[in-house]
Amino acid sequence: MKFNFTGPFLAGLAKVVAGSSVRWVDCHPDTCQRIYFANHTSHIDAVIIWASLPKHCRELTKPVAAKDYWDRGWFRRYLARSLNALLIDRENIKVHRSPVESMLKEIGDKYSAIIFPEGSRNDGTTLRDFKSGLFYLAKKRPDLELVPVYVDNMTRILPKGEYLPVPLLSRVIFGPPIWLENGEPKTDFLVRAREAVSRLRDV
Amino acid sequence: MDLLHASLSTILTVPLLAQQTAFLLDGATGILLGVVISCLLIATGAGQILRRQPDSSVNPAIVQAFIRRVRAWWLMTAILAVTFTIPSPVATVILFFLISFWALREFITLTPTRLGDHRTLFWVFFVLTPAQYVLVAMGQSQYELFSILIPVYGFLFIAARIAVAGDYKRFLERIAKIQAGLYICVYSLSYAPALLYLTDWTDPEYSTKSTAGLLFYFLLVAQLSDLLHFVCSRLLGKNVIAPNINASRTWEGFFAGTGVTAVVGAMLSLTGATPFNPWQSAVMSIVIAVMGAAGSMAMSAIKRDRGVQDYGTLVEGHAGVLDRIDAICFAAPVFFHLTRYYFTTAGG
Repeated sequence: MKFNFTGPFLAGLAKVVAGSSVRWVDCHPDTCQRIYFANHTSHIDAVIIWASLPKHCRELTKPVAAKDYWDRGWFRRYLARSLNALLIDRENIKVHRSPVESMLKEIGDKYSAIIFPEGSRNDGTTLRDFKSGLFYLAKKRPDLELVPVYVDNMTRILPKGEYLPVPLLSRVIFGPPIWLENGEPKTDFLVRAREAVSRLRDV
Repeated sequence: MDLLHASLSTILTVPLLAQQTAFLLDGATGILLGVVISCLLIATGAGQILRRQPDSSVNPAIVQAFIRRVRAWWLMTAILAVTFTIPSPVATVILFFLISFWALREFITLTPTRLGDHRTLFWVFFVLTPAQYVLVAMGQSQYELFSILIPVYGFLFIAARIAVAGDYKRFLERIAKIQAGLYICVYSLSYAPALLYLTDWTDPEYSTKSTAGLLFYFLLVAQLSDLLHFVCSRLLGKNVIAPNINASRTWEGFFAGTGVTAVVGAMLSLTGATPFNPWQSAVMSIVIAVMGAAGSMAMSAIKRDRGVQDYGTLVEGHAGVLDRIDAICFAAPVFFHLTRYYFTTAGG
């Protein structure tokens, strides 16, 4: 991989703007393949989580982002490339090209990914129900560690509909990994995953 | 983060409007710095001795808190000493700007705002705060605008901007919160570096000296009085001032601590780093001690209301900046105006 200056710069900038303090609760930074799944409250969530990882993990982690947004114009494409982003086609979904399939193809047996199973941003107070993508990921790749992440106070830093951030302090909390249990039904698993994230709010 | 502030201020030494080209660290300030470093050495030694004593009557948590405090003072002294060696006061102004920014961040993070306040907060952080410090760096020529920018224009603007955003829920409360944050963390604190730009001293002998000594004296007395209030409350405290706000601050500690601060302040004037004679210095020290105690109480009240121990609990691994500067914030404007009024010709 070519040395990339923009990535570390963006990571540093994101950390300064969001003043994030990072905590690992019953979990340690590791380069093993993982899916980080987090609550989604702001545009910059993915960057913040990505920036919160130590450098050697960050290089192996791809934030998942929407292709229709990040593929428009050279600047966004450049940013997406610097962040090592994994762009998912939301418009052209077909059976053999489902987002889960293309994600798994892109991470291969090397990369980790950051996803937001709520699908879209919440209002910062309650978590939405999780979409089923996480379940299918876990089912197809039971070897992946699923690490819950809670991002706190990001809504106030960059709320929906705003484009200028206010530099308040935020927290990023990584929790203990979960796995799909043998024969666990989809809804049960998604509820459990959602609780794993919301529980981190109070630690 | 403090180290980052220090290194930033070392890099950003572009003299905006450098009035003083001489090094800020002159003889008198050097003596004061020497006194501080000796005191810190003693405090560090005392902390280590207390820690090693296995069966002392002192609560180990208090010893730990003391050691942490001493470490913070070392850091502050080092940062200030470094900024003083830079041949322009702008470095110190930038340092205080960064402290203000960080303190305001802690303040606003702790006091809930609504989504409708977002744009207002953007103005507060990125326009009003830098503008205030630019005015400080422009020196006495901008004194008038510097002293009214936030309380006159800023406060009215905040109220109007929140109204324009269209959310009327708890309107008055939200204005008050943002105004208080801006007033305490930015406006009041900016008076500390403004001390560097005081000119036209009535005492001609002091005119030849560096005003860095004055700022250093102020910070030293403020921190010292904070400590002395704490220690005296421990030793002779009986009547707690306000148990719901701070259970360890007592009237006895307040009066005794202020008294001791006055004595120490009188002695500090002998270093020649201030324009005060010993009794004037004693009075100034009392003012700083009283305002410092008031600041600590007020900031504690805000913390109690929000249910946190200290501002540092927001960011693990960092001590809260606001916890360190609460006394300075309240004392700085009063100290500045008294000094300006009674010791420079600007005051008449």
